[in-house]
Amino acid sequence: MTDSAQSSLAETRDVAKPDLKTKVAKRLKSRHAAELRFRAYGILAVSVAVLFLGILLERIIHQGYTAFVTHSITTEVYLDPNRIDPADIMGANYDQMITEQVMAKMGVAEDEYGTTSGEYKEILSPDLGFKALEALRDNPKLLGQKISLTSPIAANADLYYKGEITRDIVEADRNVSDQQMVWMDALKTKGLVTSHFNTYLFTNTDSTQPELAGLLGAIMGSAMMLLVTAVLAIPIGVGAALFLEEFAPKNRWTALIEVNINNLAAVPSIVYGLLGLAVFINWLGMPRSSPLVGGVVLALMALPTVIIATRSSLRAVPPSIREAALGIGASKTQAVFHHVLPLAMPGIMTGTIISLAHALGETAPLLMIGMISFVPGLPESVTSAASVLPVQIFIWENASERAFHERTAAAIIVLLVFMILMNLAAILLRRRFERRW
Amino acid sequence: MTGYLFLALIVFSVASFMFGRSLARRKAASQGVRGHSLPAFSGWFVAIWSFIPAALILFVLVVFGGRVENTIVQADVPAAVQQLPELNQGLFFQDVRATVNGGMASTTVYDGELKAAFDHKVAQAKSVDNTITLGAYALTLILALAGAAFAYSRLSPQFRARNSVERWVSAFLVACSVVAILTTLGIILSLLWESLRFFQSVSPLDFLFGTHWSPQIAMRADQVGSSGGFGAVPLFVGTFLIMIIAMCVAAPVGLYSAIYLSEYASPFMRAWIKPVLEILAGVPTVVYGFFAALVVGPSFREFFNWLGAFMPGTPMGEYLMNVQNQMALVAGVVMGIMLIPFVSSLSDDIINSVPQSLRDGSLAMGATRSETIKKVVLPAALPGISGAMLLAVSRAVGETMIVTMAAGLQAKATLNPLDTVTTVTVQIVTLLTGDQEFDSPKTLAAFGLGLTLFAVTLALNLIAQRIVQKYQEQYD
Repeated sequence: MTDSAQSSLAETRDVAKPDLKTKVAKRLKSRHAAELRFRAYGILAVSVAVLFLGILLERIIHQGYTAFVTHSITTEVYLDPNRIDPADIMGANYDQMITEQVMAKMGVAEDEYGTTSGEYKEILSPDLGFKALEALRDNPKLLGQKISLTSPIAANADLYYKGEITRDIVEADRNVSDQQMVWMDALKTKGLVTSHFNTYLFTNTDSTQPELAGLLGAIMGSAMMLLVTAVLAIPIGVGAALFLEEFAPKNRWTALIEVNINNLAAVPSIVYGLLGLAVFINWLGMPRSSPLVGGVVLALMALPTVIIATRSSLRAVPPSIREAALGIGASKTQAVFHHVLPLAMPGIMTGTIISLAHALGETAPLLMIGMISFVPGLPESVTSAASVLPVQIFIWENASERAFHERTAAAIIVLLVFMILMNLAAILLRRRFERRW
Repeated sequence: MTGYLFLALIVFSVASFMFGRSLARRKAASQGVRGHSLPAFSGWFVAIWSFIPAALILFVLVVFGGRVENTIVQADVPAAVQQLPELNQGLFFQDVRATVNGGMASTTVYDGELKAAFDHKVAQAKSVDNTITLGAYALTLILALAGAAFAYSRLSPQFRARNSVERWVSAFLVACSVVAILTTLGIILSLLWESLRFFQSVSPLDFLFGTHWSPQIAMRADQVGSSGGFGAVPLFVGTFLIMIIAMCVAAPVGLYSAIYLSEYASPFMRAWIKPVLEILAGVPTVVYGFFAALVVGPSFREFFNWLGAFMPGTPMGEYLMNVQNQMALVAGVVMGIMLIPFVSSLSDDIINSVPQSLRDGSLAMGATRSETIKKVVLPAALPGISGAMLLAVSRAVGETMIVTMAAGLQAKATLNPLDTVTTVTVQIVTLLTGDQEFDSPKTLAAFGLGLTLFAVTLALNLIAQRIVQKYQEQYD
């Protein structure tokens, strides 16, 4: 090797060294920047998910909490014998009579065409008239006497008292006139109108009048439907899981059942609704929009999840338990039912409650089986027409009256509370009984 | 009533169990031998025989009673009803059924001869209903007593009650698993059957490739425009558009949250974020629909109108000023939010199942964590993640409530996210809600759409399962 070659090599080394170093340092910097960016994307994604949940809950609570307070009017009503014919108590115009009495009490004069009382009637509630008629029907002796009646005030008046309809809105754009606002203020200062917790929401059934509409019918319908679902889905699901996990021979048939169950779990819920419509309602002639058909459809829908949850908790029971039972002379059935199943029970219950909570919120299949009709009363049995909570939300959401919007959000809050309670029960069960082997 | 009878049957069976158990004990004691089976099995044996045959009759009554009743009632059609168009005949009997069951009848008013026929049919249906119900109740009682008597007569210390009971138990377990198969069969057969009837009036090719959708079939045959159009392409395009928008939201957000949660987050953070995602997953779809229709829709519209106000006079500005609440973007974004926890929890499981040794190897070579994730973990998890994405797509395609509440009804084949589109599921709901004669092409079209939906989601699920299965055990 010549001197010149050596020196040139040293030269290149000297030159290359700092170059590579800066290169590496530069690259390292950009790599670390990439690392930070990637991390930031992750945090961003998580925050977006949390943010969405926050907005969702905030909006619903914001829109719905006002529906839990309502305004009632309490007034003395004189059942005027001059206006009510004792032979035909149904025929009298109670609304007009009560409106005129309230107007007299408030010192509002009637004009000759009766438009004032017509406008005044709008801020009261037709429920007062119904209540007067009902009282009179129960006890005809009340005719000519004074009775005290309380009923929810008209929905628009309620919105005004809550400050959702204000004077800032142009008069033509709101359902309440300036004159009516003056009357309402007077009613409030006189103490006839009071605000209180909206018990009507939980004691009334559905109604076309927003102020009278409540969730009792829907809650009862949901309870009945969920009962049918639980009675069908739990035994059948647990039975199928026991068979597949503990008894079934490994052959083509059981493999088919397994593939089948996995696929059923992913079938869109509306398809179950079509099944219910075609088979249960049209072919078997079971009653439309009844909790029975709804419960059966939801049970079929919940079945795959119950089976999958049960199988995984059965699998978590160690084989030594089975072997010990068999070893002291238990039959296969005894080993499974006396030892494996009780140990798997907490897991099964957790999975089942979660899938029932899911069924509680399901809407689409129920629309298919006709559960969209207006049901004003309480369902008498599982075969009579009923409404359920999620469908009630859907129906109210479509209503045009503004007062139904806050009630829709309130119904959502009630539904979410029920679901959270069920999930909480599942979590507590898991915490309390979970065993690690 | 049936419910009370069922409860009575349960009480009777419990009594049978106790009586059978004590009888077996007494018989064994009196003969001075130990029975073949434990006394409890004798009790179970008697209880099963008291319960199952009788319960089966009640089951048949609940399931098939209505069908038998309808067949008898509809066997002879009154002359006044025969004069009605075929569509209204079905409605007539539907109303009869609703009146007898105490359900919701349609708003049709029957008067004159029809009223007489209606009342007659209601009376007939009621009497048939009573006969069937009473007959079934009597049969139930007889079978319960006979079953119990038969079982008591078999009891003796030598009787192998345990084997018999265990045979019943395995039969029950097999029957439970068969329900899953029957459900699938029921879905496929009912969809196929009704679709075939639909395809008799509309050719499948017109349905799948036609571009005109207007299923407004008239109630009366002579009404104008009663033919309707059943080309489903606009619906498929609308479904596809909303699904793509949803996946654009759900895939990145869901995947990145899964990566962050499984690779970066501290246990404390995981413990807080996971429940949040679970709550998002548990929110009913009708709530998302409400959110989309009343919160997201109006605010998106306001935003685009505000944007349009900056471009006055231009066609773009004009367009933005006129967008509606029901644009595809709203339904798509909200559906994407709904799918985030689904994508995230599936991806989380898959990322966690990649062996730690792969990460350790990569980190030991000097790779940063993000490089490890991007170049080692994600490629290893890719089959699972693509499977998860396909499952999310299948969910998006089949989702109903969000689009019913937030998307429009106009069948338009457009890929513009600001336009209103309609989807397959929205049309199924619209076609099948409300008073309708079941046999009209309009309602049958819903089953055609349902069949398409089922086929597509089934294919997606099968492919997803295939992908996951094929690459699942690569590292074990």
